[in-house]
Amino acid sequence: MPEAAVIRAASLVLAHTPGLARHGSKPMRTLPVDAELTSSFLTNLRSFDDAVGYPAHRAFLGACHPRELPKRPWVGASMAGAERFAPFGELMPEEEFLGLMAAVDEFDLLVLAPEVAERAAKRLAEHPLAAHLDLARVAAAAGDVTAALAGGALPVHLAPDCLAGALRGAHEEDESLVAHVLLENLACKATGTLALLHLLHDHDVDPAGIGYTISCSEEAVGDRYQRGGGNMGKTIAAVAGLTESSGADVKNFCAAPIPALVIAASLVVAGVFEQVVVLAGGSQPKLGMKFEGHLRHGLPVLEDVLGGVAVLVTADDGISPRIRLDAVGRHRVSSGGSGAQILHDLAVRPLEAIGARMCDVDDYATELHNPEITEPQGSGDVAARNYRTIAALAARRKEITRDEIDSFVAQRGMPGYAPTQGHLASAVCYLPHALTRLTTGSADRVLLLAKGSLFLGRMSQRSDGMSILLQRNGG
Amino acid sequence: MFDGKQVIVIGERDGIAGPAIAACVQAAGAPVAFVATECFV
Repeated sequence: MPEAAVIRAASLVLAHTPGLARHGSKPMRTLPVDAELTSSFLTNLRSFDDAVGYPAHRAFLGACHPRELPKRPWVGASMAGAERFAPFGELMPEEEFLGLMAAVDEFDLLVLAPEVAERAAKRLAEHPLAAHLDLARVAAAAGDVTAALAGGALPVHLAPDCLAGALRGAHEEDESLVAHVLLENLACKATGTLALLHLLHDHDVDPAGIGYTISCSEEAVGDRYQRGGGNMGKTIAAVAGLTESSGADVKNFCAAPIPALVIAASLVVAGVFEQVVVLAGGSQPKLGMKFEGHLRHGLPVLEDVLGGVAVLVTADDGISPRIRLDAVGRHRVSSGGSGAQILHDLAVRPLEAIGARMCDVDDYATELHNPEITEPQGSGDVAARNYRTIAALAARRKEITRDEIDSFVAQRGMPGYAPTQGHLASAVCYLPHALTRLTTGSADRVLLLAKGSLFLGRMSQRSDGMSILLQRNGG
Repeated sequence: MFDGKQVIVIGERDGIAGPAIAACVQAAGAPVAFVATECFV
């Protein structure tokens, strides 16, 4: 059995979906009852060029390190020379993304206006990953949108307000299969597939070598007898041609990617599988989640992108960063629920377990939500709040003085830069950066930590969290 | 200060969780009508 598991590669993608933003949970509840707000919402959607050039997206996709970002504001400060394709993946425009959703739609749920289907198919045919997409499905999605809408389908738009298609529900009486739930799931499947295809083909990975695929997405695939019981892992593995893979899903609200990585590494070290993929598609309900704050502050609707991530965990190759399974942090049942207590479990105890100090970690990746998105709605700067607490814990341990808290944060933290796709913003978005820092860069250790809000489901008053330490191979 | 009043407690995950606030409020003699923790990201 291998001595250690490593992360050999990781990909990140964004899909610009301003037309789908109206179907985010918040806009879907507020826009239909307020015509003026709807008008303001539609006139403040971002263009594709603005989304591509947005500095936070450049950092997300690897065009720069988060610590290299210019000072805010980032809105209106598009980075020169920004391109759709970037080191970690790409930002896909919305018409192509509608085509991609059609390409992965195995149940003819999505009907596209014929001209939209034609354009999307043509553009996807020119995509570097075109050979791995079922373009016949895109063409076959062309149909009578008006008739579908008359049958109760959900309208699907291209921004700002161009009817482009309709998404059908799959069952008249099953709340788990209504159109807006299927839109969430299909959007998740499409973004997860895009991330996985980039992982495979940007990093020359043999699809047949993957034994297992774990999804840590936020969606809930299922039916009325098993709401959320579905399996997006194998679903996406099948679409991407992982012929030898099975799969399953790991759920833990926004924290899910970290336990998914721990499980994947454990499976590899135990010798169960040689290679495991961890992936996640985007969270469509979170589009436009804080748009009212953005509009109040004269900003565009900033939550207009879906994300996706794919990570390859393998047996030790002697090069890639190792996952330290002897330093997995977990927020225990017996631990307290305050921010400091959670972070003690996630950022102090795992280091103590291997005799390391907090200053031995070069980069801490925590909840990296873009503050330009969260602050206008009153949620504050989540990343900065976490880093202050982590630095305070280092000061309490006398590893640094109180005067060194700011420099600790500046050197080992970073500004939040991720869209509010919670599971992706919660540390895993930094993983491709971490791989660079731990191979060709100067870092020796990177700690990824994430928190999950169990209480949101009203089954527990608790939260949860997990952390994972990555270390330079041979370091 | 809590005479004739009931308290609704809303905690925040990255700050103080709802049950911790509720415990303090109850220790001060106030009845807690509702307690929840929320996440604002």
